This record gives sequence, C-alpha cells and structure tokens, in this order.
Amino acid sequence: QSCDILSSAFFRYQTIIFGFREEVLKFHPKFKAGSLTELDVNVKNKCDQYPYLGMDESYNLTISSSGATLNSNSVWGALRGIETFSQLVLQRSKDMFTVNGTTIVDYPRFQHRGLLLDTSRHFLDVSIIKQNLLAMSQSKFNVFHWHIVDDQSFPYTSNNFPDMATMGAYDSKHIYTQDQIAEIIEFARILGIRVIPEFDSPGHSQSWGKSIKDLLTKCYSSGKPNGQYGPIDPSLETSYGFLSKFFAEIAKVFPDHYVHLGGDEVNFDCWKSNPNITAFMKQKDFGTDYAKLEEYYMQRLLEIVSGVKKGYMIWQEVVDNGAKVNPDTIVEVWKNGFHTELSIITFRGYKTLLSSCWYLSDISYGIDWPKYYNCDPHNFIGTAEQKKLVIGGETCMWGEYVDNTNVLSRTWPRASVVAERLWSAQNVKDANAAAPRLEEHRCRMIKRGFPAEAVNGPGYCFQEYSIHEPV
Amino acid sequence: MADHMVVRLTACFFWMFPLALEAKLTYIAIRLPLKGEQAAPGAPWPLPRTWTKSTTRLMVDPTNFRFTSSMTYCDIVTSAFDRYYRILQLEKTSSLSGPEQVMTSLSVDIADKTCPGYPDPNMDESYNLTIGSTSRLTSATVWGALRGLETFSQLIYKEEEGHQLFVNKTQIIDQPRFHYRGIMLDTARHFLPMPILLKNLDAMAYNKFNVFHWHIVDDQSFPYESVEFPTLTEKGAYGPKLIYTQENVKHVIDEARLRGIRVIPEFDTPGHTQSWGKAFRSLLTPCWEDGKPGVAKPNYHGAYEIMDPSRDSTYTFMEKFIGEVVKVFPDQYLHLGMDESYPACWKSSPNITSFMKENNISTYVQLMELYVTKVLDIVERTNKSYVIWQDPIEDGTKAKPDTIVEVWRGNSTVPWQHYMTRIASQGYKTILSSCWYLNYISYGQDWRKYYQCEPQNFTGSADQHSNVIGGEACVWAEYIDGTNILSTLWPRASAVAERLWSSRDVTDVESAKFRLDQQRCRMVRRGIPAKPILDGYCGDYEFGFPESMGIYKQETQEEHPNTSAGSLVWSSSSLTFTLLLILAQKIVRIFYHL
Repeated sequence: QSCDILSSAFFRYQTIIFGFREEVLKFHPKFKAGSLTELDVNVKNKCDQYPYLGMDESYNLTISSSGATLNSNSVWGALRGIETFSQLVLQRSKDMFTVNGTTIVDYPRFQHRGLLLDTSRHFLDVSIIKQNLLAMSQSKFNVFHWHIVDDQSFPYTSNNFPDMATMGAYDSKHIYTQDQIAEIIEFARILGIRVIPEFDSPGHSQSWGKSIKDLLTKCYSSGKPNGQYGPIDPSLETSYGFLSKFFAEIAKVFPDHYVHLGGDEVNFDCWKSNPNITAFMKQKDFGTDYAKLEEYYMQRLLEIVSGVKKGYMIWQEVVDNGAKVNPDTIVEVWKNGFHTELSIITFRGYKTLLSSCWYLSDISYGIDWPKYYNCDPHNFIGTAEQKKLVIGGETCMWGEYVDNTNVLSRTWPRASVVAERLWSAQNVKDANAAAPRLEEHRCRMIKRGFPAEAVNGPGYCFQEYSIHEPV
Repeated sequence: MADHMVVRLTACFFWMFPLALEAKLTYIAIRLPLKGEQAAPGAPWPLPRTWTKSTTRLMVDPTNFRFTSSMTYCDIVTSAFDRYYRILQLEKTSSLSGPEQVMTSLSVDIADKTCPGYPDPNMDESYNLTIGSTSRLTSATVWGALRGLETFSQLIYKEEEGHQLFVNKTQIIDQPRFHYRGIMLDTARHFLPMPILLKNLDAMAYNKFNVFHWHIVDDQSFPYESVEFPTLTEKGAYGPKLIYTQENVKHVIDEARLRGIRVIPEFDTPGHTQSWGKAFRSLLTPCWEDGKPGVAKPNYHGAYEIMDPSRDSTYTFMEKFIGEVVKVFPDQYLHLGMDESYPACWKSSPNITSFMKENNISTYVQLMELYVTKVLDIVERTNKSYVIWQDPIEDGTKAKPDTIVEVWRGNSTVPWQHYMTRIASQGYKTILSSCWYLNYISYGQDWRKYYQCEPQNFTGSADQHSNVIGGEACVWAEYIDGTNILSTLWPRASAVAERLWSSRDVTDVESAKFRLDQQRCRMVRRGIPAKPILDGYCGDYEFGFPESMGIYKQETQEEHPNTSAGSLVWSSSSLTFTLLLILAQKIVRIFYHL
C-alpha cells in the first residue's frame, strides 16, 4: 500500500541524514557494537491525505543493537518520528554515521503549533516560503498561518475577483498564482503542516478596496467624502454579497478546515465620520457603540464562513469588544496582558491560541530567546477545563522590516524555541539546559542549508553558513 | 585617438531579465502617510556634494555601451569597467526606440596616469561627472574615477513598465567630506566565510566606503594564519577550516584594492588575547587567586589574562609578529586595539607588583602606558602608523601624537561627545564609531539615528573638529555570522556612508529615506541581501527571485566531511553509550507497514 507522505519523507530524510552520495557506505570495523541498515516504520492507521487539527502526532522510536523501529498510529506521528531519528544520527566522518541506543516515547503537548508569515507588508518568494516550511518541519511545527494580504498589498490571485491582485498587489511580480498556492499547500501537506490563510477584515483591508468598488467605508470630513477609506462598510448588503462569493472561493482553495478571519485593530474613526453608517447604527439600535457594529459585521462574516463549512480563527479584539461569536471559534491572543486575557477567553469557553509573547519580528540585541522559551501558554489563572481550551500557540514574523533578504535568518532558530515550548513537556523549562541543544539545532539547520542565525554568543558550527556566487 | 583604446568588455554571463531600479515604500498604517520628498528614479547615494539635475533624459544603450579611458593599462580601471559593465547588463532591454539622444559611452579622464599600488589614507577621491551630449567623468586619480563610476551607475534608471534605460542630463562635482569611511567586521566571535567578506567589499564600494577595518582576531578565536607563528592559528582558530590563509588575506586585500578600499587589520592587545594564549600561554599574565598563579576568579579575572607587560619575551614576540603583519598588510595603518584591558589580573599578581616596584611604576595606568609605548615603538620602527581604541588615552596614557584614536564609548549618561571633546583637545586625530554599532539591533527604523549622528557635533574648536578624520560602522559578531551579517549591515550602514561622504547640511531624514530605499533596492538587485527599511517592494525584482545575483546557498557537504553540530558549549565526546554504526546500502532502507 503506498503513501506519498511517507515515501517522500523517506526520500527526503535519506538526503538529510546522509547527504547526496553515489557510493555505498562501508562498514567500519572499529565499531563492533552493531550496525543499522534500516529503520522499520510501522504505521497503524491508513494514510491520511491532509493534516488537521487534532491529528495524532505521537510516535515511539526504539534503536538498539537488534534494530531500529518507529511505531506510530498515523503518518503524522511517523513524520515527527523520522525527524527525531534524523537528529539522533551523527556524522563522524565522511562515510561514517553513528547513532546511540535510544528509546523515545513522544507526543506533542499542544495540537496547534503555528508560525505566521506576513506576505503583504513585503512579498515573500515561493522558494522562501518552501524553505521556511522545511525549517518548520525540522522543529515539528504543524501550522503555517499565512497572513497573505493586508492594507499594503493583496498578492492572492483570486479566481472570482482577479482584479483584487492586479490592482491590489504591489505589482504583477508580487503575486501568488493559484498554481503557486496549490504548490505551497502540497509542499506543506507532505511535511504534515496545515496551511491556514488569513483574510483579515473589516480592518487591514485597504488593498481590497483598490478593486472592489464600495467595499470600504468612505471617510467624511466636513460633511463630504474626503477620499480616504476605512474598514469594510458593514452597512451595505453588497459587502456581504462580496464576502459570500469571496469566501466560497477561499473554502475551495484552502483544504484546511480553518480560515483565519482577522478582525483586529478596527479603527472606528472612519465609521464615526460617515453619515450612512450613523443612520445604519440608528436603524439597528446600536446607539453610539461601534463595537456593536463590529460585532454585527463579524457575526455576518462568521455566518458566511460557517455556510461554506469552515471553522474560523479570529484575533482577540473581536471578543474583547464584547462581540459574541460562535462557540467553536478559535480566538488568537496577541496583545500584552495575555495572562488575564487567556483567563477571560477560556472562562467564556472559547478555544484559544497564544501569540503575544512570540512576536519574533520585535527584535532586540543579545540573547532574547529565553524569554520566548519561558513563556508558557498555561501560565494563567483558570481551571483544568480552561487550560484544556488552550490548543496551542503561534510565533509571528510580521513583515514591516522583513523580506526575502532576512526572513529566514530572523525566524530561525528563534522560532525553534517556541516549537519546544509547544511540543515538549511543561516541565522542560530550563533555558540553560536548552542552550546547548538549541545551538546544536541551529548548526544542524545550517548543515541542512538554512541561514539560522547565531543566538547564543560567540562560537561556531563545524559547517558555517556561506554564499555561493553564480559562476 | 591612438592612445585612447576603447574598452569593450563582454559580459561573462547573461541574465535575461529586467532590472528594476524602482523602489516603492509604503505606509505602516493608512493614517500615517509618509513624509518627505519622494526621490525621482536614479537618485544617487550617498548624495553628491553638488548635483545639478535636469529632466532632459538620454537613452542608455547597455549592449553597445563603452567606457573609454587612456588608462586601460591599469587593472583598477579595467576591472572597474568590467564590474560596471556587468551592472549595466543586468537589464534586459528592448531595442532602442524613442526621441531621446542615445548614450553609448562614458569617457573617463584621469589626470594622474600612474596606476597606484594600494589606496592610501590621503587618496584624492574627488571627481566631476557630466552627462549630456558628450558624457565625461574626470578625476585627479583612479580612486576618484571609481567613486564617479559608482555614481554614474546609480544615475541610470529604468522607466516604469518599460524596457529601456535612461539617464538624465546631469552635472556632478563631488568629493568626500571625510577621508576615513570605514566598516569594521569582527571575524573572531564568529567566523565569516570568504565569499561573505568579498560580497561585503562590493556593498562597501556601492556606498563609497573606503576602509575595511578587519577585527580579525580576539579572545574567542585566532583565524589569521600566521607564517611566523603557525601554532597561533592551529591552536587559536575555532577549527582548521575556520581560518584565513595567507592566500585568503591576499585575496581580500587585492579585491579591496580594486574597489579603492584600504584593509586595516586589527591585532588587539594587550587585552582580548585569550586565543593568542592557546599557543603561547607565557604571553599572558598569570592571574593569582588563593596564593597561586594561573587561577581564575570568576567575575574578576580569568586564569591567564592580558599580555604580560613585565616580560621582555612579550615584546620580542610582538616585534616578530608585527614584523610579519606589516609585510602582509600593505596599508600604512595598523589597528592595535588596546581597549578594555582591565587591571584586575595585573593587580592579583605579585610578579607584576614587584615589577612595578623595581621600575618605579606606581599605577596601573603607568603600567599600561609602558606597554602601549613599547608596542607603538615597535610599530614605528617598521615605518607604519597606528590606530588605537580610545581606552588608554581616556585613562590618561600618553600615546605618540600621530596616533589615530577611535572613539567607541558613549551612552545616554556620558555621550560620545564628552569623549570626543577630551580626546580631540589633546590633539589626536580621531575616528568616531560610538553611534554606529550596527550589531545593536532594535525594532523599526533605527537607520534614522545613525543618519542623524554628526561626528563634528561636539564642543571644541575648529581645529579640534578638523581632527575628526572620519568614522566607521562596527558590527561586533557575538550574534552575527554568515547567516545574517549582510542583511544586518545593509542598508543600515548606508546611512553612515552618507553621513561621512555628503555635506554636513544633508540632514533631511524624511527625504533621505526614499533615496535610501532606492539604494537598498539597487543593492538587492546587485545581489546584496539588504533588508527593507519600511513596508514596500523593489519594483519587479526582489532578493531571491530566480534572477538573483547572489542567492544564499549552503556549502556542499563534501567540503566539510566532519559535519554535525558543534559549538563551544556542546561536547561531542559525550557519546559514551553503545555506538551503533549505520551501514547505509545506497543509504538506509526504510520500511513501513501500514
């Protein structure tokens, strides 16, 4: 029985572990303890097609003189186990590889272990996104949160609304075609990584307005439209008509059950200035509470997305502002004061994700990773039931000052610190003990071709990162 | 015209893709529109001293373009033509059509016909550039011609959506404000592979920097391959591959020379010398603790630290070592470090105490002065000059009057101006680096503060101000290596470049950002991973697009057979469990059962 996820993993890891080589490796007589010629991988269940929230990633790995066995329930567990196996093998010389006798019983602490990239503030090349996915799999991340569009640009090429990219992208070279998106989703699938796109609204949507007429609220000064636009206009039925059509497409393009709907940082000033919105507020009995208007918009949007059988994630403001959302909503906490926020959100019964303490784009000088390491998503006051509602976390690399030139070196290996927090046991929290492993992990990344930057002070990797000039 | 040989270089490779010199910055949020004056395409960086612009444009024909000069016997001239010809060729252009006059050549007239050996501290970098019905670059020396060629390459732009290159009629009269415009790289905390060092020289030339201050060794490692003392490298480098061979060093110096960049190596003593002590422990002072020599006292001193100023053998060694260094590095200047030599170890040592008594030395400042004087004497006997960090002067040591002092201290309590005033008032020539430590990263647009740091903005006389001969951007390498050096340095160092080259009154940071953005996109186009300064994009070209001039790639495994992770803190000898050899049959066979 074939399983493309496993067969491609075997092919990939042969190169990762042993490098590209033609010749057959020879037995080295110095080591009589035993030799290993195969890793026996046993997967209990049938091969899944797409990774999903709650997939079983557990595995057992045993290496002894009588052989090496990897057992898992699902292919996803097998993927995680093979990655672990590849990290256990050390190259001792050109043709000699060794591994210690080992027994590993492993499974993730959190189901959702995500990394956000922002392709709107700066465009990221498909090859960079793929490299980043490979790096993610090396740290056992399982969600690529693709903040694909924002105010600044709209690189997503829509089938139903092609003008959104032609008018909203930076230019014709800064777009993701449907083929490229499918390529990225497939690349991620093979690595056991879910792709969750974010289409942030009603704010952060300036780039949508370049092509979709009357979608954004017209801002007024002294009784006249002033040429500026605000968030999506929640008072017009045409807005919801557009959103229905748009998200019907998104639901088809992205196979994951979840879509991220944003909902953050909605500036009410423009809504306040617009007389039509004022009239609508009156008609709906919202008084002057613009949070109610936002709630109205979000409710309508969530209904639309439910209608296409998708689950949704949103940023915390939507519920902070008092909006009631469907009980299965996943709320992502990103602001400061997250301890209280997690208590409140889980008390209200929502599933939640933490990202506040993992904004990798906020750089600072020196060894900054222990603060990421020391941030625990369960560090808030709440019952065991509330804690269970925290399904994981995400580390975010916003794109204001990041593009192809520096995104990988800024993300890695700092994101790996978050990966350990989200995967390993809660009591694994000694940063001093983690430092040498992190350093080894960084050097391993460099060996595999990633520009993982120096994070622990002076030192070296046997293989340093360099560039090759084209000849 | 017989002596006016036409140089027509053929590009070694063709990239059939467009060159986009456009750069587009955008806002962080719609309510925060960008301030400043948007630069027209083809705006040079750093800003020339006198730049007469015109909107009349000429069409540039890259395929038939020629640089002409009577100095084609000079490799500096021909290799520059080669480099800039290639840069012109980055463009895919369609056949010429349009009403504009076509520019097909630039005549480069250099007054001084000698082809120089190496760039020198007082080289003349001035040039005049006229683009018009006849286009001419004139300069006193080849160095000025190099700067002018760079400016010329930056004036060329591509029309949006078009496939043709243009250059506006222009008159530029330009010269640097400061002689010394440096970049300091630290190859001791982390090793920087050769391709990175070479790539950085390109980036420096694009920004008219003229000094590569090579902080080549330090406590952590000694990658310089010494001829006189090979064990310094064997024992002091991180690893046998993590070194700069004599050939590598020569390669760096040669490539720097071709770009008009001086290479000043720093061999920092008497502190910062742990790596020297690995081969020659007797160079370092044994520190005392609990009545015993060679014992560390955490938070005070190591077991052995700071060169031992009491032993003649220290100076004999230094004489021999410096004798080698001055032959390897052709520049007139050596950087001798002399920073952060804290006296805790000296204080702990009874040998040092009795040495001081015997020689009537009553303070550790005087002891330092003894060391400084002796080492400067050694260097002086080789007819070289020297740069040192400010520390000894700050502590009251008297150095020779021709010493160049590099000011690096300064914080919010005691700003660098305080030190500058004190050191300049003692008559020393100075270089400023305090405000340009680019390894100190932070979120956002930190280049602005580098741009706004003015080296002559301190209390002092006109003479004292004129003692400031320049400055340099430093990248210390605690958290820097090949993975991030170039994107950390560029374009942030470009802000420093403009401060050191352009007129003092060029201070409009809001307008500068648009030109800086052009410069960053220009660098990206030329293969330097220069990071973004704000939201936006680089026209139809981004770093890492398939047409890249310099895509990051891993080194092949064959070059480093002894791979596997390693670091200072990770001991690979801890493999004491059962070792199993993986015998790979055309690699491992992995079986699975569903």
